[in-house]
Amino acid sequence: MAITQLSAFLENKPGQLAAAVKALSDGGVNIRAMSIADTKEFGILRLIVSDAAKGKELLGTKCIVTDTRVIAVPMDDVAGALSTVLQVLDGVRINVEYMYAFTGSAAASAYVVLRVEDVSHAEDALKAAGVKTLTDEELSKLL
Amino acid sequence: MSNYYQKEIETAPREKIVEIQNEKIVKQVKHVYDNVPYYRDLMDKKGVKPEDIQSIDDIKKLPFLSKADLREAYPYGLLATDLKNCVRIHSTSGTTGKRVVAFYTQHDIDLWNECCARAIVAAGGTKDDVVQVCYGYGLFTGGAGLDGGSHQVGCLTLPMSSGNTDRQIQFMMDLNATILCCTPSYAAFIGESLAERGYKPEDNKLKAGIFGAEPWTEEMRRSIEKSLGIKAYDIYGLTETSGPGVSFECEEQTGMHINEDHFYAEIIDPETGEVLPEGSKGELVFTALDKEAFPLLRYRTRDICVLSRKKCACGRTHVKMSKPMGRSDDMMIIRGVNVFPSQIETVLLNEGYTPNYQILVDRKNNTDTLDINVEFSPEQFSDKISEIQAREKALEGAMRTMLGIGPKIHLVAPHSIVRSEGKAVRVIDKRKLHD
Repeated sequence: MAITQLSAFLENKPGQLAAAVKALSDGGVNIRAMSIADTKEFGILRLIVSDAAKGKELLGTKCIVTDTRVIAVPMDDVAGALSTVLQVLDGVRINVEYMYAFTGSAAASAYVVLRVEDVSHAEDALKAAGVKTLTDEELSKLL
Repeated sequence: MSNYYQKEIETAPREKIVEIQNEKIVKQVKHVYDNVPYYRDLMDKKGVKPEDIQSIDDIKKLPFLSKADLREAYPYGLLATDLKNCVRIHSTSGTTGKRVVAFYTQHDIDLWNECCARAIVAAGGTKDDVVQVCYGYGLFTGGAGLDGGSHQVGCLTLPMSSGNTDRQIQFMMDLNATILCCTPSYAAFIGESLAERGYKPEDNKLKAGIFGAEPWTEEMRRSIEKSLGIKAYDIYGLTETSGPGVSFECEEQTGMHINEDHFYAEIIDPETGEVLPEGSKGELVFTALDKEAFPLLRYRTRDICVLSRKKCACGRTHVKMSKPMGRSDDMMIIRGVNVFPSQIETVLLNEGYTPNYQILVDRKNNTDTLDINVEFSPEQFSDKISEIQAREKALEGAMRTMLGIGPKIHLVAPHSIVRSEGKAVRVIDKRKLHD
């Protein structure tokens, strides 16, 4: 199962990031997890939000947005949990493009968001190895 | 007292020059009418027959040619002689994708060499000189032209072509180059490079430089003269008129003498096409009086300048043109290469981008820089930086193929390039090219 991540293109100019985030907060959309990839000229802001559809619309008033399917893996917030998951993907030669993480509200829980080239292949591999991945519904319950 | 390559013609009285022009134009118009259907059509449409051209004054009856005609006629449409008589081509940028191809018979090359020889001798060159030619060799006419002129004079020619500054300097110092031929910005760059290596202006053996292929200011001239310890001469030409050597500066450095026995110059109003009197600022138009293979009549150069027949202290009687003061079109010269915004637009459309772009030209360390901001469409936005960068690289490659130089492409968000009322501001050129 995969979830929706929003990606926004931000020019490396003052105010761009603040405006994007304000658009979400003005619309009552909460950011659960995020990361920014940057180059000298622009940044790509990646977000997991409480309402992807609404979030996309709100961000769209400020910048170019696209949505991407990514894999969110829940795990115990302990050493070794992430490593196990990555070994599974490595074992079937699935390349991780990027990843970031957020902690859960339950004690010692964490979620890792992974972008891979072939989502269904990764889902199958993780399922076969007994690794759970979040669905959109489960994500919305968390948020 | 000047040096002349061909004293008699270079200092001929006005009447003699006009006599030569009268004779040549009649023959040339007939040659073109008989052999170039494209131009014959233009003449027929205008109701002009070869017999209507009896003297050089009748030239204003003839139709103009421009870059658009050359594009349409690519490749053989303006060829005036059998291909088997041609010994070479040179080529330059067209306004969009089609390049301009110029053809030469051996006779055309000989005439061209003569013109460049005049330029070299005017700059003080003799067969005892060592001429370093750093204009590009190949399809570009700069290298070939000055190379030909140097051989004509009998100098020792160093056919360096452009680039590889280490090697340029090594040969310049080890082989005692006395005359430097390259673009003014490259001359400035060499000046800086020599200083960086600890050389003083008096350490090199250069006495003169012949610089052209791009516009340059008097300020730049003084700076180059100081850094290289030379006298810097201007030279002008275009592929459509064979190449450099159509006109050249003498020691007065107050304008370039046009080789009037080979090229007839007019200044016109770029809007109306009306021929303007001497001293007026307008668009320079050239007619090749004796070229055989690719003779263009009334070719609009799009360069704006002034012509003057004031007596020149050098003794030459051929009309002088000022340094070009600007263009009547939007062509730019970047690192010595002609670039049209329409070429850039063609590439963008071919590669699937909307024509929302901005061209930024600047000069850093005497080298021209070209950056192009291009808006991508929502569908083209990728979440991955590597994909955006791959797009930029692909676009850079496509641009390099079309333009002959590689710009730096920056993909920017849609609607981030300011839209203006009326004409879009497509080009921001921060260089100071004209006085």
